Amino acid sequence: MSRSSFSHNSRKVIGLIGVVLLATAASVAFASTQLTGAGSTFDYPFFSKAFYEYSQLHSDVTVNYQSIGSGGGIQQFIAQTVDFGASDVPMDADELKLAKEPVLQVPVTLGGEAIGYNLPGVAKGLRMTRQLIADIFLGKVTKWNAPELVKLNPGVKLPDLPITVVHRSDGSGTTYIFTDFLSHVSLEWKRKVGTGKSVQWPVGLGGKGNEGVAGQVRQSAGAIGYIELAYVLENEMTYALVHNRDGKYLYPSIETVAAAAATKPEVSSTDFSIVDAKGGDSYPISGYSWIMIYRKPSDPVRAQLTRATLEWLVTKGQAVAKTVDYVPLPANVQRNALRIIAEIQG
Amino acid sequence: MAETEQRNPTGDFGFAPTSAVNADDTILNPRNEPRARPVRAILPRAPRGTGFDLCVYGATGAFVAVVVALFLELLWSSRLSIATFGFSFLWTSEWNPVTNQFGALPFIYGTIVSSGIAILLAGLVGVLAGAFLAEFCPIHFSGPLSFMIELLAAVPSVVYGLWGLFILAPLMHDYIEPFLQRYFGFLPIFSGTIYGVGMLTAGVILAIMIVPTVTAISRDVMAAIPQTQREAIWALGATRWQSFRMVVLPGARAGVFGACILALGRALGETIATTMVIGNRPAIEASLFAPGYSISSVIANEFTEATTQVYLSALIELGLLLFIISVTVNAVARVLLWTIFRPLEG
Repeated sequence: MSRSSFSHNSRKVIGLIGVVLLATAASVAFASTQLTGAGSTFDYPFFSKAFYEYSQLHSDVTVNYQSIGSGGGIQQFIAQTVDFGASDVPMDADELKLAKEPVLQVPVTLGGEAIGYNLPGVAKGLRMTRQLIADIFLGKVTKWNAPELVKLNPGVKLPDLPITVVHRSDGSGTTYIFTDFLSHVSLEWKRKVGTGKSVQWPVGLGGKGNEGVAGQVRQSAGAIGYIELAYVLENEMTYALVHNRDGKYLYPSIETVAAAAATKPEVSSTDFSIVDAKGGDSYPISGYSWIMIYRKPSDPVRAQLTRATLEWLVTKGQAVAKTVDYVPLPANVQRNALRIIAEIQG
Repeated sequence: MAETEQRNPTGDFGFAPTSAVNADDTILNPRNEPRARPVRAILPRAPRGTGFDLCVYGATGAFVAVVVALFLELLWSSRLSIATFGFSFLWTSEWNPVTNQFGALPFIYGTIVSSGIAILLAGLVGVLAGAFLAEFCPIHFSGPLSFMIELLAAVPSVVYGLWGLFILAPLMHDYIEPFLQRYFGFLPIFSGTIYGVGMLTAGVILAIMIVPTVTAISRDVMAAIPQTQREAIWALGATRWQSFRMVVLPGARAGVFGACILALGRALGETIATTMVIGNRPAIEASLFAPGYSISSVIANEFTEATTQVYLSALIELGLLLFIISVTVNAVARVLLWTIFRPLEG
């Protein structure tokens, strides 16, 4: 063998040893149990931080969460390819039937939706009534200086711009909560469009994800859209004061969304809507996000670990929520959630 | 030697010392006398069943099998939607996930129009750029320039989409679309509200993405025209433009057409870049400034959240339609190549 081919061969051998070492190291790192979950994209920022903190505290568990969308999460959960699913809308009767085994659904976090807008010269805090928001999204109010808006905001100089509505193009729980709100406050919306993760919008452009809607609103003067609270706070966008049922104008915030949630302590997977809630401090466009698990998972060890993880998530894990601008569950809902988690057998 | 005046495939006029092929496929030697047998027949055929034979046939067969399987799978998964909507799926405009009424017309329109704009712009620019690189560019620059154009093809689609959303869309909104509306606003395609995002912006982004394909292939096809042809017409006193028009273009026509079809195929299927700038609104409007929706965009946006079986099936049927459109476009191109361009090559 010539000199060059000898060193070439030894290089190959060293490379091979390196790869084997790497693979061993990687497999050693995964010696702990890995739980898998999939679903809602809204939950993803909260889950990724919370589960990371949890695996720091409990080195025997890591949680791998794939944010593929609420619908995808439910499908994977029904197919039993993941330990738990996450969705902004709980599984309905048809989906529960497809699941074949009894399912438990636990509320894990809260979200509020801000009405973001882009009006040159107009700061945060434009006042809007619930009916007005519905009319804008129905396409009935088409200009920013329409009489309805001017009447509500006497001190504000509203420009003569057309209103560009921006909604979600992808199916999402955020859309579900928003259309649920609109169906509650406007009979015309309920009749014409309805509630859903994807709907047939009467007017407007579609943006992909919260980022898409926010980006589109920021680009277009005169645009208005509904965006998840966490995103709006992180990006310092201008958003509206929404008139709630009790007559107060409120910003979406951790406090106002939590107040809305507290009005329905008995929230369950069949009765989960908290939009347009009573109470002076309740923000009208709020909603829960859910995790679903089987009552009797096939593997008892994994069932134990899942239960422990979820118990942490709905109690101590809620402290993580505040750090990423998510709304922690109110105390009464946490107790409710713990009661449901305790039903996991295994 | 009269019969050797027929042109051979390389385009020589017969007085250059190259080998030529007679109409009945026998090879002519340099003195244009028929050889004893075609060269390929001189080599003995290898016995069937050798490893190499199996590999070659196997690879081709596997590939064909995958494509057929893909088509059958699409057909099978969309049977519910086909059964529910029948052929009216192709001409219905309604897309309502709440009432489960679906129709493909806005998406077919959006796909075809955005790709059509793209191929018009890219075809023009690409062929001219390819001609420049092949004919007129100083030899020292043609290498680096070609490299830079091919770099455009290496940029990922999502990067194009982001660039389109944050840079191109405002550019269209602030300068290009108002300009078009001011001078050509009497045409219905340039009337209507300007959003920035929309069909025209999607067409422009797709054009930028497919220009490298058209340019590279056009350049290669034009460079393959033998220099002797150009020298011949220069000897007759032709200008650069005349030689390009009379010698290069006719010879390169088939290849350039093929390049355009290849590029069109890419534009038809492009997903992420389109979905970020097309506006995501399932509506058919005369104005190119209006938002639209393409088949690939709606599938990417709504697939993960589609939970009802009919919804999923309708989305898969849209995928099947896109498959059929792409195959049809390619098939028509092939037929055109055979019937129109092949006889001209002699």
